[in-house]
Amino acid sequence: MNTGGDADVQDLYQEVILDHNRRPRNYHPIEHAQKAEGYNPLCGDRVTVYLRVENGRIADASFQGSGCAISKASASLMTDVVKGKTLEEAEELFQRFHQMITRPPDEPVEDLGKLSVLAGVRQFPIRVKCASLPWHTLRSAAEAKHDVVSTE
Amino acid sequence: MSHVPLDVVAVRADFPILREQVHGKPLVYLDNAATTQKPQAVIDRLTRYYSEENANVHRGVHLLSERATDAYEHSRQTVRRFLHARDVQEIVFVRGTTEAINLVAHSYGRTHVGAGDEVLVTAMEHHSNIVPWQLLCEEKRARLRVAPITDAGELRLDEYEALLSDRTKIVAVVHVSNALGTVNPVAEMIRMAHRRSIPVLVDGAQAVAHMAVDVQALDCDFYTLSGHKVFGPTGIGVLYGKAALLDAMPPYQGGGDMISSVTFERTRYNVLPYKFEAGTPNIAGAIGLGTALEYVEALGLDRIAAHEHALLEYGTEALSQIEGLRMTGTARDKAGILAFVFEAVHPHDIGTILDREGLAIRTGHHCCQPLMDRLGVPATARASLAVYNTHEEIDALALALNRVREVFV
Repeated sequence: MNTGGDADVQDLYQEVILDHNRRPRNYHPIEHAQKAEGYNPLCGDRVTVYLRVENGRIADASFQGSGCAISKASASLMTDVVKGKTLEEAEELFQRFHQMITRPPDEPVEDLGKLSVLAGVRQFPIRVKCASLPWHTLRSAAEAKHDVVSTE
Repeated sequence: MSHVPLDVVAVRADFPILREQVHGKPLVYLDNAATTQKPQAVIDRLTRYYSEENANVHRGVHLLSERATDAYEHSRQTVRRFLHARDVQEIVFVRGTTEAINLVAHSYGRTHVGAGDEVLVTAMEHHSNIVPWQLLCEEKRARLRVAPITDAGELRLDEYEALLSDRTKIVAVVHVSNALGTVNPVAEMIRMAHRRSIPVLVDGAQAVAHMAVDVQALDCDFYTLSGHKVFGPTGIGVLYGKAALLDAMPPYQGGGDMISSVTFERTRYNVLPYKFEAGTPNIAGAIGLGTALEYVEALGLDRIAAHEHALLEYGTEALSQIEGLRMTGTARDKAGILAFVFEAVHPHDIGTILDREGLAIRTGHHCCQPLMDRLGVPATARASLAVYNTHEEIDALALALNRVREVFV
């Protein structure tokens, strides 16, 4: 067993993540939606999140943009799991997701279902911003802010 | 001596950090355009300064101050020789290239650029050679003009020349592009500008570790370098300026060392280069930089350039074999940079996978966002070479990039 190398990289780039990167779900704009743009100037990741909110509940969610595999897969998974949730539930999920990807690697993490494939990010602290950018942008879209969200 | 090829094994032994392991693998350091590693001689010189010589310069009558001042000024002599400048008074110590450019934009720029005037840069400039001029142009209601480049990353010299006019008050151009490796035809550019009496600043941050620079032969008016990109410490750099220009320029910052006498009514400024060195300078940094330049001189810039050129050709060939990889920056005259994008793999992901294989490269916009826009990419991956890199490290890079393909394709 090596001390780094392959095992760790595969922790990050799990098949599910690579699949979401190759074939992102909900990758389209939504007309007349609340939306926000997120930008990570460090790596040039750009994501636009669209939300259709009905009675405080997310009826539809989607995204578009360009970015690394981690940010794209995170956006893809996020838009899948927040559908049907209230804005408060989505916000709470973001908190739990953020905890999962920032917790030290030797501590146990909460099972967040589909989102758990991104738990490997915590071994790559530099990549936390990539995974969280879509969520920050979702928050901004929920608040119907139209400013560009920056991770810097 | 210079016909004897470089002994890269011996060179590597001079750099202790190259013995580090990264994620259990030998370090392959290919991020030299961001910063270079330091030879033992530089590390030792810093230790010796703080152990045996530390005092403020140009002030004390005591022995330590004399030692510190001698070492500091000796370093200025070394820089003068290294750049082939006429006189040490033309060598100003600053924090780095960024500060050097800001100094010129602030001091020369504000006294020579007015409303309706123009400052000319190129499309491949680093942010540090864009933003100081933008600030100047905003303040003076002047205009920043940009000489275009080709898809290969070469300056369009004819269009550059066409942009030179009576309104152009200064040209600021990068000698070697940090993002593409393009070596600009600065001598020709300077001749074209001088025919219209326009001064030229050359940003040499990325050049001086890779090729011999002669500021008198170039006839540039200003030349800048950063110590940490030429095996020296961070926080120290150099502004070279022609004495007549520097002499006529107002100070950049006020404070100690830059004055000859102060009363509350009037201050007389010190002579060059001290007029531009307000406050206690980075003494250790300047001394360490001198040692770094002496180290480079001893290796010989011709031999360094030949070694790196061979690596660059070898690397260009090796990378071009990798399916789906596209080089960015394919100028005919290049130095030290292998920049590329990978079909369907974001540079950030490339960087992470390479890191786990022990390879340090840079990914992102390389502080050249306008250039990335021109190339139509959000970011690139960049392997940048230095004298201590080897053919085996290029092989490791190619191998790791094939690994990236395996993960993603």
